[in-house]
Amino acid sequence: MSKRILTLSGLEPFELRSNLNFVNIGERTNVTGSRKFLKLIKENKYEEAVEIARDQVEGGAQILDVNMDEGMIDGKEAMIKYLNLIQAEPDIAKIPIMIDSSKWEIIEAGLKVTQGKCVVNSISLKEGEEIFINQAKKIKKFGAAVIVMAFDEKGQADTYKRRIDICKRSYEILTKNVSFNPEDIIFDPNIFPVATGIDDHKTYAVDFFKATKWIINNLPYVNVSGGVSNVSFSFRGNNKVREAMHSVFLYHAIKNGMKMGIVNPTMLEVYDEIPKKLLEYVEDVILNRKEDATERLLNFAETLSQSKNTSSLKKEEWRKDNLQNRITHSLVKGIDKYIIEDTEEARNKEKRALNVIEKFLMNGMNVVGDLFGEGKMFLPQVVKSARVMKKAVAHLIPFIESEKNSEKRSAGKILMATVKGDVHDIGKNIVGVVLGCNNFEIIDLGVMVPPEKIIDTAIKENVDIIGLSGLITPSLDEMVFLAKELEKRKLKFPVLIGGATTSKTHTAVKIEPEYSGCVIHVNDASKAVPVASNLLNTNKEKFKKEVKNEYEIVRENFLNKKNDKRFISLKNARNNKYKIDWKKTKTYKPKELGINIINIDDLNILKRYIDWTQFFRSWNLHGIYPAIFKNEINGKQAKQLFEDANIILDKIINENLFKAKGIFGLFPANSINDDDIELYTNEDRTDVLNRLITLRQQSKKRDGIPNIALSDFIAPKNSKIKDYIGLFCVSSGFGCDELCSVYEKNNDDYNSIMVKAIADRLAEAFAEYLHKLVRTKYWGYNKNEKTTNEDLIKEKYQGIRPAPGYPACPDHLEKKTIWKILNVEDKIGVKLTENFAMWPAASISGYYFSNIESKYFGLGKIDVDQVKDYAQRRNIDLNSAKKWLNPNINDI
Amino acid sequence: MKSLFNALNNKILVLDGAMGTMIQKYNLDEKDYRGERFKNFENPLKGNNDLLSITQPKIISEIHRKYLDAGADIIETNTFSSTSIAMADYKMEDLVYELNFESAKIAKKLTQEYTQKNKNKPRFVAGSIGPTNKTASISPNVNDPGYRAITFDELVISYSEQIKGLLEGGVDILLVETIFDTLNAKAALYAIDTYLEKNNLNIPIMVSGTITDQSGRTLSGQTVKAFLYSLSHLPLLSIGFNCALGAEQLIPYMKTLSENTSFYTSAHPNAGLPNAFGEYDQTPEEMSFQIKNYLDDNLVNIIGGCCGTNENHIKEIYELTKNYSPRKIKNV
Repeated sequence: MSKRILTLSGLEPFELRSNLNFVNIGERTNVTGSRKFLKLIKENKYEEAVEIARDQVEGGAQILDVNMDEGMIDGKEAMIKYLNLIQAEPDIAKIPIMIDSSKWEIIEAGLKVTQGKCVVNSISLKEGEEIFINQAKKIKKFGAAVIVMAFDEKGQADTYKRRIDICKRSYEILTKNVSFNPEDIIFDPNIFPVATGIDDHKTYAVDFFKATKWIINNLPYVNVSGGVSNVSFSFRGNNKVREAMHSVFLYHAIKNGMKMGIVNPTMLEVYDEIPKKLLEYVEDVILNRKEDATERLLNFAETLSQSKNTSSLKKEEWRKDNLQNRITHSLVKGIDKYIIEDTEEARNKEKRALNVIEKFLMNGMNVVGDLFGEGKMFLPQVVKSARVMKKAVAHLIPFIESEKNSEKRSAGKILMATVKGDVHDIGKNIVGVVLGCNNFEIIDLGVMVPPEKIIDTAIKENVDIIGLSGLITPSLDEMVFLAKELEKRKLKFPVLIGGATTSKTHTAVKIEPEYSGCVIHVNDASKAVPVASNLLNTNKEKFKKEVKNEYEIVRENFLNKKNDKRFISLKNARNNKYKIDWKKTKTYKPKELGINIINIDDLNILKRYIDWTQFFRSWNLHGIYPAIFKNEINGKQAKQLFEDANIILDKIINENLFKAKGIFGLFPANSINDDDIELYTNEDRTDVLNRLITLRQQSKKRDGIPNIALSDFIAPKNSKIKDYIGLFCVSSGFGCDELCSVYEKNNDDYNSIMVKAIADRLAEAFAEYLHKLVRTKYWGYNKNEKTTNEDLIKEKYQGIRPAPGYPACPDHLEKKTIWKILNVEDKIGVKLTENFAMWPAASISGYYFSNIESKYFGLGKIDVDQVKDYAQRRNIDLNSAKKWLNPNINDI
Repeated sequence: MKSLFNALNNKILVLDGAMGTMIQKYNLDEKDYRGERFKNFENPLKGNNDLLSITQPKIISEIHRKYLDAGADIIETNTFSSTSIAMADYKMEDLVYELNFESAKIAKKLTQEYTQKNKNKPRFVAGSIGPTNKTASISPNVNDPGYRAITFDELVISYSEQIKGLLEGGVDILLVETIFDTLNAKAALYAIDTYLEKNNLNIPIMVSGTITDQSGRTLSGQTVKAFLYSLSHLPLLSIGFNCALGAEQLIPYMKTLSENTSFYTSAHPNAGLPNAFGEYDQTPEEMSFQIKNYLDDNLVNIIGGCCGTNENHIKEIYELTKNYSPRKIKNV
């Protein structure tokens, strides 16, 4: 047995297998058969016209017949428009389309907009063999099946003989001359009305059945189809009879081999449920069993109650469900028919129209999102859902607007765009809708938006935020590119990144470093509102800084994970150093070169510089001082801790329990050999005092990102520019051990820890204070600096004071050099242990860099070549070097 | 042509791997892309990989050579985006014929050389025909579902130009690949059929679709079978899938395809799924381990690699195929 069967496709496959009883072809989307459809098309009401197709599919149609042959409409244009719209409706587009027209140009237009394997309805020998062959060849090229009418040069076949002759001739031409696949041929041997009162018409149905049987038995692999409702034409207006006639006709046609037919599935009675009497009268007519069959059926028909449409409208059970489920159903199925009605009902239940979106609609969209994530919905369906959502929101907007009037104006202006080269925008649209519903003004530039347009519009419209979306991988690069462009143009718009392939990691590693403005990955609509609000409220700078820090951590984690692959040689790292333009930058000669000792007699001076946020953090209480006191979770505890700390702090200050001592020196200096800094005793720089050894970042950076070492912030010797550096050590820990031991003796661990924590904070405060003195007075490069304590904590001033043992210079051995140069131990009594820890513990030592471009950074991991180089420079053996730098060496 | 069918009857043919991934390794900059000839061209050209066939033919040759050395029986021309539609991004529509012609020539010269060296292993050139960057059955505008950014007729014109260049440049096969919208592919097949008929040629056609995600559908929404039925009207050499998914994810779809088609089948999956950066990090060993399933289950006649694959992946795959006999064509 051959398996050559008719296969078609919409979004889903269709196979005319032998076990299929009968294939329904939906016929209501046909302007010649449906007045309602014609009216909608004429009035350009395509949205409603699409609903008719949906009704057909839901009613059981397996193929959809579309016909636009009407004198008053542009059939070609209507066909293209309608088929394009249907393609966007997955629930409809899943079934194959039958492109139905007597005009070849309409058929061809239809074939050119349909991706699936269609059926052309129809061609025939009516205008001769040549045209027939040409059309068949074209259809073959488009990969469609075809309905061939039993029609030839002489006219339509109306007898058994004419039917089989024409079909046989057509078959031979198609299979032999055109090499048409026979399984792609469907014959329509003409269904004509019976019971018309004309004698010749009485055998129409019976002849059709006989011809069908002959075709199936004699023309291999073909199928037979027909327009069923024609048969009941004379009973228009009496649906009861018509439904029965269709059923009966089909019953017998199927028995004779007809596999498919054009029939309105809602105009079809179940054969077994036709009342006995009616069945008998109808069969008499169809099968031409009695001479007066027509009259008898007519008489009987008049006795039937004219209850029309008996079998329609039993669908849509879901309308009885509760409101949320109905809204969810509409969104999931992409049905917009009831969405306004349901949205309105929801609005009446809710205080604010906005709640409808946040509750009912978002609940529904979450279901859509979940189904999509699980692969149970696919893209076109989600697009459809988004449209229904849009419609619901559009209905709510006037209400939201009027509610808004009493509230406030736009929360901010947000530009949204899918980046160049990408057409995906569902996520973007959803985010846009949700933001719009939260009072943000949305400027949506659509899809495939070039970067220049995004930036120009952002400037022109003076937006607050730019939102970028993309689904495909190349879009990621587009986003990076856009970030670079923003940076190049010195713009500061916060940028939101979203879309399926985007990730927080990608944003942190690839996009964020390219842009000094704020970049945030927002992976779902619900997050968009809080993020956008945070970016625009009064605390926005703090929020942005937090985001920057967070992304820095994500980035470092990622780079550390991948470290083995991501190193460059020390030589290349040096070539990629942080390049300060020494011709343009300013260096400052300190007012006083040499070493100074600063002792603080009144600790009240330092109290002002205490960073309480850090203090709380040392107690594992996270939150910004003083806002932390209002924190619901730990506010009370923080308050208590703060009070306790102040009692002890006041005691320390008033009783002079701690001594704070500091020392610093300012020296002529230049960088040499890229990574070292030479200190000189004299301004002529002939007498070298000592040498500082810095370490250079070695992880692989993207284009334009330097591999930094601290030495990069000091002018190189060969530049002949006179530069300077500072060294310092401060301690506030003298007396700390003694005080602690008092509490420890009383088993008062709490206050012992408190004392240490305070000592640490005082040391930090001292370092901050001393740095300020140096900047404004001793070095004096920033005499007019007016920084608040908060600025100090945020390090908002020119210059840095990195400390050995910390991220920028993890090498503790450097302290030895500082101690030697400043003679720290003799002068102020701070000692170094054998592992170069400082005693008292509450001490800080480090360098001062004054250049405006100097900044803190993390060294990260370095590679073995740098360790070797370092050992040579430090003049120690490789193993000791490895020991000291161990935590920073890339372990392979 | 005869040698192609002989080869297909006797063994599983190996298709080459990614072009883009290989080009990336050269770290080319704007200047390299422009070469001497386009040094003053009005638009940026970096990223226009197909242009390298003209400006850096040695690099393209070198990449082909790597794949041929790795054991590829079929190499693809560097013409994935060489249509006037895709080239519009670079304002290089006028260059389309030359791009295709030159790319085909580069590849053909090499396959001739390799075939000459070992006549028992003939090599073939497949002219790569990409999907363009526009969809004929999806609207790019969510508010206007009836809108289309490109029409069938426009696609046919654009594809015809590409096909002419490829065939005159000497390709042995035409490969319509990475089909995300079946209507685009139908237009390509329409153009091919028309061209071959007009010039009385008989060139084998390979068709390769793209299943975009776990829904098991193309971007335009078709299932595997619907896709197959939409494109089976010409006597294709093969039908298959490439891109978007890795070998493992593609298995169920290859099974469905293999069971329902009477054409030869092909697959050139990606090197796994992309990581957070859109990079592919599946190793040749991992990939060939997954592809072993295809061979054990008799799913393919032609196998190669797409995004993220390089000559090492192809070498592994080639070594693997040696132990297997090809899938037999079914009479569905």
